Amino acid sequence: MTHPTGQQITRDLVRPLLLTTWRFYVMIALFGAFVVAGLVAWLSQVYFGFGLSGINWPVFWGFYITNFVFWIGISHAGTLISAILRLVNAGWRRPVTRCAEAITTFALLIGAMFPLIHIGRPWLAFWLIPYPSERLIWPNFRSPLVWDFFAINTYLTGSLLFLLLPMIPDFAVVRDSTTGIRQKIYRVLALGWRGTPKQWHRLESAMQIMAIAIIPVAVSVHTIVSFDFSMAPVPMWQTTIFGPYFVAGAIFSGIAGLIIAMAVLRRLLHLEDYLRPLHFENLGKLMLVMALLWGYFVFNERLVTYYGNGPHEMAVFWRTQRLSFAPLYWTMVVCNFVLPLILLGIRRFRTITGCVIASFGVVIGMWLERYLIIVPSLGAKYLPYSHGTYTPELVEVTITVATFAAMCLLYMLFAKVVPIISIWELKAGEHPSPALIPPATEKHQLGDLHL
Amino acid sequence: MPQWGMAVDLDRCTGCGGCVVACHAENNISTVGDEQAAVGRAKHWLRIERYWEGDFPDVRLKFRPVMCQQCDNAPCEPVCPTYASHHTDDGLNAQVYNRCIGTRYCANACPYNARFFDFFNPSWDKPLQLQLNPDVSLREVGVMEKCTFCVQRIRAAGTQAKAEERDVADGEIQPACVQSCGARALVFGDLENPSSEVSRLSRSPRGSKLLEDTGAQPSVTYLSRLTQV
Repeated sequence: MTHPTGQQITRDLVRPLLLTTWRFYVMIALFGAFVVAGLVAWLSQVYFGFGLSGINWPVFWGFYITNFVFWIGISHAGTLISAILRLVNAGWRRPVTRCAEAITTFALLIGAMFPLIHIGRPWLAFWLIPYPSERLIWPNFRSPLVWDFFAINTYLTGSLLFLLLPMIPDFAVVRDSTTGIRQKIYRVLALGWRGTPKQWHRLESAMQIMAIAIIPVAVSVHTIVSFDFSMAPVPMWQTTIFGPYFVAGAIFSGIAGLIIAMAVLRRLLHLEDYLRPLHFENLGKLMLVMALLWGYFVFNERLVTYYGNGPHEMAVFWRTQRLSFAPLYWTMVVCNFVLPLILLGIRRFRTITGCVIASFGVVIGMWLERYLIIVPSLGAKYLPYSHGTYTPELVEVTITVATFAAMCLLYMLFAKVVPIISIWELKAGEHPSPALIPPATEKHQLGDLHL
Repeated sequence: MPQWGMAVDLDRCTGCGGCVVACHAENNISTVGDEQAAVGRAKHWLRIERYWEGDFPDVRLKFRPVMCQQCDNAPCEPVCPTYASHHTDDGLNAQVYNRCIGTRYCANACPYNARFFDFFNPSWDKPLQLQLNPDVSLREVGVMEKCTFCVQRIRAAGTQAKAEERDVADGEIQPACVQSCGARALVFGDLENPSSEVSRLSRSPRGSKLLEDTGAQPSVTYLSRLTQV
């Protein structure tokens, strides 16, 4: 198997920026239409009243919060994986990092929209910001929702920096291989990058600092998202396991999202030489580990509840285990545990196709997991008189579909203006610049990859 | 500072629902219509819960009026990001409608499900719109609302007593539900005053709090039923 080098890398990875086929415009129009539909749905909800949704008493949170937790979870794909792989200097990460970091940023942007879609008076959402109000009123710092606000903003800022910093040398590469208006734009974006030893040194230092700083931030973000639930005295919510359980689930769904994105990019942008079966296999192994961890957390949560045998917890427990939510629950278990274990645990199935099928399963399963945490508990809270259930309405389904389209749209546009695989990192792996970039040494290289 | 509380004598409650109607009238609670009520959006700040016990034909029907329990350690308060839900000095869980952005987090945290969300702007079946209470603000779409112990009456009586340079007498303040209860099942008053009727009833051996194990420390005491019907 030959590996692209030098000029070939630049040509292959800059090509998607310069060549645009009609397929690109068709897909942009398709996803754009869905996004517009979602926007119309949200505006009509604001205009006609929140009653258009399926939310009712006592299930006050539904699809929107499910989507919120889901997308914040997906955002753990990137930055966390890329930061950890960067720190342990795993050579195979090089073609993967930017795909992953872009997912993080876009998923966070989408996830952060959901609190706005979800609240009753979105035009007053700025009250979450601790701005100097003339009435000296601050947000309530005891509220997990305020913690969310800070955690997500910190993570978004960090992820943006983490994405943008290593893009600078690549903007310079694009600048040097284009002409006309494109060159002018990329010249501005490249921020005067010349590739001097000083600049490389600064970039590497900044990336090291960011990689170390972003890991605790990522862990804290999803722990705080889990606090939205575990801080409220609701049966099956108030549990100490939610912090690590949510973080594990987030990384799990994040890897799944990353594998799907990589497979699509590989096919559409003809990056077969860069995103190799080995990358899918390695990410598949990582996902297998997370599937086992997820299974452990769910088993733990369920077993402790069952032994505790509190009457209110058991009402929710049986609702998901055996009664009305059981079909969804067991679908979740199959998607999140059985399917990955078979497809990723048996080497013969751990191909690109196998990994992608398992990833779709995990994305569906993790979405269901969040839904099953929120709705059954709220519908069976303490007083039997106030038990209820929830059916999503058209606006909620439309907005949910629209966010998936928005993710595809943002990702496609991003891949059109930025080389989706980090050119300089690929080259650095091949031709280590002396003393500037830690080279991928022999022992870090896995399989037959020599990038 | 008084600590307002209520005692509900389940032995006296006949489940007539007079308190529910009085509450709607006093507090400008909009009627949502049958379709919305069917999907679970009826707003009854005070509701009569009905529980059947035993198997047919030996069925016993129990009533329990449930309103906001005005908890001392209210789970709805710390979770609100904007302080719309906060504690007053006289032991009420205040809900500041104008400060509410509608996260509905308080409603999830409330173990009693005593909080209600305005899914649409308020409207009334004619001619109910002609009887709105000028002392109570209307709530717009997207905010939470709940029983206030008729805070407008508490404040009015407090102002009156202050003007006359005296304390509020026991029984002087009657929330709409208490006033309208024909069986005198509901008693309202100051729990700090050991001689008030409500604190005497709250100390009764028949008394218990609803869902006491959630640790919310509610201000409403339920007196259990003795007569067998």
